[in-house]
Amino acid sequence: MGLKQNLHNLREKYKGTKMAPAFNALHTFLYTPNYTAQGGTHIKVADDLKRTMNTVIMALIPCLIFGMFNAGYQHYLAVGEIQAVSNGFFSSEFWNLQNFILGFWKILPLVIISYGVGLGIEFLFAVLKGHEVEEGYLVTGMLVPLIVPIDIPWWMLIVAVAFGVVIGKEVFGGTGMNILNPALTIRAFLFFAYPTWMSGDKVWVEGAVERAKEIASGSNADAISGETILGSLAQSHPIDYSVMDMFFGFIPGSVGETSTLLILLGGLFLIFTKIGSWRIMLSATLGALVMGYIFNFVVDAGWVTESSKFYGLMSTEFWHHLIIGGMAFGIVYMATDPVTGSQTNKGKWIYGFLIGFISIMIRVFNPAYPEGVMLAILLMNVFAPTIDHYVVQGNVKKRLKRGKLKTA
Amino acid sequence: MRLLSKKDSKLIMDPLADNNPITIQVLGICSALAITAQLKPSIVMAVSVIFVMAVGNVVISLMRNIIPSKIRIIVQLVVVATLVIIVDQVLKAYAYSLSKELSVFIGLIITNCIIMGRFEAFALANGPWRSFLDGVGNALGYGVILIIVGFFRELLGSGTLFGFKVLGDPVERTGLYALGYENNGFMVLPPMALIVVGIIIWVQRSRNKELIED
Repeated sequence: MGLKQNLHNLREKYKGTKMAPAFNALHTFLYTPNYTAQGGTHIKVADDLKRTMNTVIMALIPCLIFGMFNAGYQHYLAVGEIQAVSNGFFSSEFWNLQNFILGFWKILPLVIISYGVGLGIEFLFAVLKGHEVEEGYLVTGMLVPLIVPIDIPWWMLIVAVAFGVVIGKEVFGGTGMNILNPALTIRAFLFFAYPTWMSGDKVWVEGAVERAKEIASGSNADAISGETILGSLAQSHPIDYSVMDMFFGFIPGSVGETSTLLILLGGLFLIFTKIGSWRIMLSATLGALVMGYIFNFVVDAGWVTESSKFYGLMSTEFWHHLIIGGMAFGIVYMATDPVTGSQTNKGKWIYGFLIGFISIMIRVFNPAYPEGVMLAILLMNVFAPTIDHYVVQGNVKKRLKRGKLKTA
Repeated sequence: MRLLSKKDSKLIMDPLADNNPITIQVLGICSALAITAQLKPSIVMAVSVIFVMAVGNVVISLMRNIIPSKIRIIVQLVVVATLVIIVDQVLKAYAYSLSKELSVFIGLIITNCIIMGRFEAFALANGPWRSFLDGVGNALGYGVILIIVGFFRELLGSGTLFGFKVLGDPVERTGLYALGYENNGFMVLPPMALIVVGIIIWVQRSRNKELIED
């Protein structure tokens, strides 16, 4: 009883003052308040915003844990202390405490920064503008550490989170009013502002940047190479990861997006709990496969030869696109954002399909932007209201026509 | 003794703040986005526009009673074009590298909506002295925003001001860079200029609530 009663007392104490929203938020975040709304008719539903957000976070936890193991695994593999995984998903080379501890201490600060800065700004704006703190940042705060490289300097993350929350969300009026997905806004800001920390072959493995500096100064001769698969393909380099590695996620990449298996499970969980839209996930997958297949077809027809700089990515088997890079993560956790995505069912099909389609197109045609899924989702976020508008208008027209037929 | 009467000084002061051509009337955005990656071109652009607008306003004002209203737009265009070419040639002669950096945007002063807007709205109806003040005022209002945007974009994007390394050397890693600071590459890209202008608009309107439109 203690903490809840104390929070309740605090809340009563600050009622009506400027700081009220901040205490309200703390109280309702941790507990269900004692009081209910008065007057009028109210339908009580269990899946309020808080539960919706928490469900998504639950779906993200496996990716986070896996990311911690993977961070350590990639590091120790790169410095040559352990062997590559040999027997499937539950290999002991991967799931050991040494890996987890390294990853844990690297990733925990990212999570803390993401939540600390983001929620700090949310609280600040709530107090300044006198509205309640919304739960919208809970998911964003969990997504952000999962989509950045592990070695990202902390101050960059602070700047990016502040930018993403203020410019991507608060200026539009806070949770539910934003046009762009805040987590992707944060990543896009990092990507364009600090490209050397967000792409290339140095940033994906813990310690690789430091190592590169030591090599440059001559104090260490062993380079750590941690090129992502997309990066290798863009330069038509051979890949030394098997398809199962890619599917299980034993590959370098942003913290939490490597394991397609866990993302798939998370996606099924979201579909099962009816939080994420299966229409968007399915249509985005289809879009990516179609575009990938078109590229494969072009290569098979002999229109593009090995001398082309697009050959590496174009000749990648079309379904491989789903398990490399952030494609799966983007489709499951970003594209399905209910605020920035399409709202109508038909609109969701179009919106999702175009996300998949454009992602692969950007990936292949612009090797400088290998993470096409980020740009594709942001682009389609902008067009989602337009798609909805035409879907709704189309429906209106259809029904008007039907009405006319009847009266005639 | 005042240099300008109250009414006249309003002509200069209004566009600087509460009736700013960029942040309030939202005119002349294109050039504000294109050339503000550094401070120096921003200032040169501001000065060029001040010259074109002040002289242009005076010329139009002097001719206002003899311009047939049916062809006044063409006459205005001829006046701006003449002045812009003068600016362009002067820059080419005395500051060639700057003129290359500003490239088409000096020429595109012609299409700057602020200029034609002031000709139409003010110079055609007022005497040369007041038109001069109005031209200087509006161009200053435009220039101030350009310089603010240019200041932040150059400082945060390249770590320099007027090309002088303020934050240290990014290659030698001195100054702030020794602490791990990096230049923000996004600042150099045009979208960030839009966001900086947006932030200025935000700050201005939250300081003066009367400016908020519904």
